Amino acid sequence: MTTMPSYEEYGNHTPVFPQPVNRENARLPIPEEVRLKLFRVQQEIRQFEKRAYDMFLQGLVKGTSHLSLGQEAIAAGFGVAMRKDDWTFATYRGHAHTLARGVPMTPVLAELLGRENGLMGGKGGSMHLTSVEHGVMGSYAIIGAHLCVANGAAWTSQYNDTGQVAVAFFGDGTTNIGAFHEAVNFAAVWNLPTVFVCENNLYMEYTSIADVSPVPNPGADRASAYGLPSIIVDGNDADAVYMVAGEALEKARTGGGPSLIEAQTYRHHGHSRADPGTYRPKEEVDAWNERDPLPMYHQRLLEIGVGEERLTAVVQETASAVEEATEGAKNGDLPNLDSIYTDVWDDGGWQWRN
Amino acid sequence: MAELTYRDAVSMGIAQELAHDPNVVFLGEDVAGAGGVFKTTGGLLEAFGPKRVRDAPISEQAILGAAMGAAMTGLRPIAEIMFSDFLAVCWDIVANEIAKTRYMTDGQMSLPLVIRTANGAGSRFGAQHSQSVENWAMMIPGLKVVAPSTAVDTIGLLAAAVRDPDPVIFFEHKSCYPMKFDVPSGDDDIVDELGTAKIVRQGSDVTIVALAFMVHKALGAAERLAEHGIDAEVIDVRSLVPLDTKTILESVAKTNRIFTVEENPRLCGWGAEVASIVAEDAFWDLDAPVVRITTPHVPLPAADSLEDATIPSVERVFDTIMKAVQQ
Repeated sequence: MTTMPSYEEYGNHTPVFPQPVNRENARLPIPEEVRLKLFRVQQEIRQFEKRAYDMFLQGLVKGTSHLSLGQEAIAAGFGVAMRKDDWTFATYRGHAHTLARGVPMTPVLAELLGRENGLMGGKGGSMHLTSVEHGVMGSYAIIGAHLCVANGAAWTSQYNDTGQVAVAFFGDGTTNIGAFHEAVNFAAVWNLPTVFVCENNLYMEYTSIADVSPVPNPGADRASAYGLPSIIVDGNDADAVYMVAGEALEKARTGGGPSLIEAQTYRHHGHSRADPGTYRPKEEVDAWNERDPLPMYHQRLLEIGVGEERLTAVVQETASAVEEATEGAKNGDLPNLDSIYTDVWDDGGWQWRN
Repeated sequence: MAELTYRDAVSMGIAQELAHDPNVVFLGEDVAGAGGVFKTTGGLLEAFGPKRVRDAPISEQAILGAAMGAAMTGLRPIAEIMFSDFLAVCWDIVANEIAKTRYMTDGQMSLPLVIRTANGAGSRFGAQHSQSVENWAMMIPGLKVVAPSTAVDTIGLLAAAVRDPDPVIFFEHKSCYPMKFDVPSGDDDIVDELGTAKIVRQGSDVTIVALAFMVHKALGAAERLAEHGIDAEVIDVRSLVPLDTKTILESVAKTNRIFTVEENPRLCGWGAEVASIVAEDAFWDLDAPVVRITTPHVPLPAADSLEDATIPSVERVFDTIMKAVQQ
């Protein structure tokens, strides 16, 4: 018989603390220039997301927005490991994955502001960032759907034998929706080159994932049901993510089929703009803030002999890029109202009758 | 001319498109090895191989998601959803993803894909396997919606749908599958045009607009009406989106009366939009109110006697029109 918690107990849960940094990862065989790229992409995401947050508070960013502060290492690790012609499928928490594929900051920020120079001219918004020319095949705001869609891109790769891989990123909460199970099963039985990346930040929106999942590892513990190995990676260590990503991408590229990877991480902010995240135990938040992926990675690069001045230069260049994007976005025009009636159909129009 | 069933026209239509374009692929449940639960896809696996004709698990979201992702990366998938009722379990992929993605991405992507599905009553399958759900699809911006009533239209409109750069939901009617039709023989591909209605019976007294299997009911009623001196024009709408309002409005201008025959339940059925367009654009052409003949607003019962009395019949169409014109 299920014992229901009392009202006082409701929502209380044991804090989940991060694993300590694996210092051995400094010795992973990753070239220095790749590590500098990982550092740069993490910086870009961090500084961009902070600016996006500030611009909410100023009332410039409209609608909702879901930040990846604290989760940068996953987007960076995969973004750097992916081939230029691979495909990214992101969720509504997709700024990071969009930037990690090389999409410039200005159109991304302008999209958040609803401007004409936005990535989709203001017609998509924060939750639907897409840049086909960079392989960002959409950000999807209905939980689970894009895992199914990613399989279709993977099918094209398999059909044309191009070696391209489709990578779908999603949160821990997604592992409880039907589309997740349909998609992973489908990819496994069709042997598709799809890599499923569960960013387990411990909370499905406002609720602890432990309260709504019968297994401790919501992604990895489901893998065996689809004949896939259980893979868990430290999502706050860009080197670890980069290595796991490389293996999964290579496996997919060479006909080895899909992978399901659980990257353990934590978000620094609440679920979305409206959420202060007060449902999380303070000691848990403090511990994960200590495991912030950025200072750790900065320290690692110093340890392996990268000069501080090179890192400082990256930080400063990124700051300049964010300033430039801020100005570019703020100065963007409002969308032309005619755009309401464009691009329903491939002919550019919206006509439904003669 | 050759005689062909609507059922065989489906497989011929798919085969024509697989032969026409190497980027066309076909997936669904039981479509390859089994040849389709309605025997509409037999022979395709043998003719085109397992790379292009592929069985999928019972996973409608995965099937349509795969079609969408394949379409955005260069293939032209045809996906089968076995019964149109099952669209409800993958409606997110249809209504939120496939329909909206081109618009949301500011035109960065096109989704040339076709969702084929078996629609409609007549098989006594009850409320979850007999619905006419064309109006569900019609109300979502970004979807084209087609429903053929004959074998030649099935081949031609399927070709038009597959070759169209936008997503098309293609409703086949289960009661049409065994019907036989004349189809032109020859080596040329049969390719029709979306967004075109067809006048299937010329007439001067009343206009009847119908879709899919209801076209045959309307034609049956028109013959009865003729015996009573009423000359009915019957229009097969064929395509709900885009909608050929021109053909309908021109007919109303001639007959001054219009009746819709719809298998979907009453509320927000496709005929409501037709009635609204006629009221706005052709009010002064009308001699009498628009009359909609629909399935009543109830779930479909299973028993043959109940189902027959629920769906518009030749008798009901005839009686309704007779009553209206005698007023």
